[in-house]
Amino acid sequence: MKQRSFYIIVLLFCTLIVCNSFVDDNPWFSITKKDVELKVPKGFPKPVYTFKNNPLNPETFVLGRKLFYDPLLSSDSSVSCAGCHQRIAAFGHIDHQLSHGINGLIGKRNVPALQNLIWKDALMWDGGVNNLEVQPINPITNPLEMNESLTNVILKLKRNKEYTSLFKKAFKDTVINSERLLKALTQFTGLMISANSRYDKYMRKQDTLSKTELNGLKLFRGKCATCHREPLFTDNSYRNNGILPDTSLRDTGRGAITGEAKDNNSFKVPGLRNIEMTYPYMHDGRFRNLKLVLDHYSKGVYYKGYDVNLNLSKGLTEKEKTEIISFLKTLTDKEFLYDRRFADPNMK
Amino acid sequence: MKKVVYIASVLAILWIAMSFSDKSENKGKLMIEFQHYVNDEVLKLDSVVYKNELGQNYTVTNFKYYISTIQLKKTDGKEISLPGYFLIREDEEESKKIVLHNIPVGDYTGLSFIIGVDSLHNCSGAQSGALDPANAMFWAWNTGYIFMKLEGKSPVSQSPGKLFEFHIGGYKQPNNCIRSVKLDLITKKQVLSNATAQLLIKTDVSEILKTPLSIDLSKLSSVTGFHNAGSIADNYSDMFSLPEH
Repeated sequence: MKQRSFYIIVLLFCTLIVCNSFVDDNPWFSITKKDVELKVPKGFPKPVYTFKNNPLNPETFVLGRKLFYDPLLSSDSSVSCAGCHQRIAAFGHIDHQLSHGINGLIGKRNVPALQNLIWKDALMWDGGVNNLEVQPINPITNPLEMNESLTNVILKLKRNKEYTSLFKKAFKDTVINSERLLKALTQFTGLMISANSRYDKYMRKQDTLSKTELNGLKLFRGKCATCHREPLFTDNSYRNNGILPDTSLRDTGRGAITGEAKDNNSFKVPGLRNIEMTYPYMHDGRFRNLKLVLDHYSKGVYYKGYDVNLNLSKGLTEKEKTEIISFLKTLTDKEFLYDRRFADPNMK
Repeated sequence: MKKVVYIASVLAILWIAMSFSDKSENKGKLMIEFQHYVNDEVLKLDSVVYKNELGQNYTVTNFKYYISTIQLKKTDGKEISLPGYFLIREDEEESKKIVLHNIPVGDYTGLSFIIGVDSLHNCSGAQSGALDPANAMFWAWNTGYIFMKLEGKSPVSQSPGKLFEFHIGGYKQPNNCIRSVKLDLITKKQVLSNATAQLLIKTDVSEILKTPLSIDLSKLSSVTGFHNAGSIADNYSDMFSLPEH
């Protein structure tokens, strides 16, 4: 009898382990070596950020994913990176004009989408950040966003058993520091690559576009592509797009980074991929839809110091606007928006 | 028998390995100690009131700076580069003593270094140790290290709390604040393999506030961007000297 109950206990124990391992290995959330391979899409230039000093591996990516979705990074554990960078909006903040922070605080810029970041020579609307790895220090320490210090984040991570184990798996020893925190986040965000929209498939001759969309593409190439250069839909430059500065925000943009008056009111030309999902638009999110953006560009009334290329888009007809918008919607990349690798791991 | 051969071969390998490591015998160590002064008084945080050139009173509450790209000059003029980034902090005694390893044994007549961090390492992403951004010597919004931080109070300051703060950094032209320092060792410094050579460097905080730009704390109490940063970097580029000469 004693023996029998022993066997039952062993059997129950084994069942528990098997069940448990099923939960852990949910294929939807598991990350393999293949999942973290860097594949440069055909036609894309060489990446600026190469992962040379941050070799990609599943464990570090998984740590980065956990950190990205964890409000622990904020001073009162209320705001995570993903709070403003939503997967369904190509990691922008859908329908939010300006960024949000702890205690309902509001920042001064629109949340940029996170995609194709490794092709950027500088980050942020003003290009003030010169390396993808050090970008997260901004939202973490900004008093209007996560309002936390790096030192304190590291302290919280060291006290957390799950993190001590995840850091050890990722880096093979017990050291937890800001370099590792930032590198793990960079593996997660750096692999957010969008290159499978209908436009991309059309370019690869795997799909067709409608007549309206093709008209839109032609117009786009003539009137917008000088700054929004294919295939990334940005030339990584800073330009004054002629919108009236919002005096309540006092945001001089690029000028604050270079210290030169000629750069005031210039902002980074944003890439336009997944633009259908990243509304509202402009660095301060003032336009709630694409029609309003094109209305501004075609009106021909621009604020002083504007970029002369804006004149190319002067006088668009309503039909042309519709065509350009229908083309812009072909940049929506559902494979990227629904990529399971970037899903919230807390949902498992 | 087999065992004996085994042990003998292990010992032989060990002996060979040892003889290789013997090569490090002609390398030595140098400890540089930075001593912080205001004019001829030893710097004391918070409690001691100092006077600038204009006779304005001030106290110091925080003083830190980076030293890197260290080079030693041999008697024959050859220069030896020594790796490492060092954050020297007034509030941390150990940080003021830096030990340089693997210096070829010999006599040295000169020492040079930069105050700050070279441009490459201002662009290298996440780093640790002295260059860990958690050391609060890092600008996140306009990436780059703060090369020198001097903070304090002055009754003439117009800033809130009568504070003054000079955070000097920037590696890009035309606002490059990297400054190099060259010091001649009039008495040759001998580096030996069996002892750590020592060198004292005096760092004079008063120099940050004068020559070429005499700082009027009632007009200029905060420099944390480009404006005036270069002048203050010029000011402190001569704050180091060798007291034993």
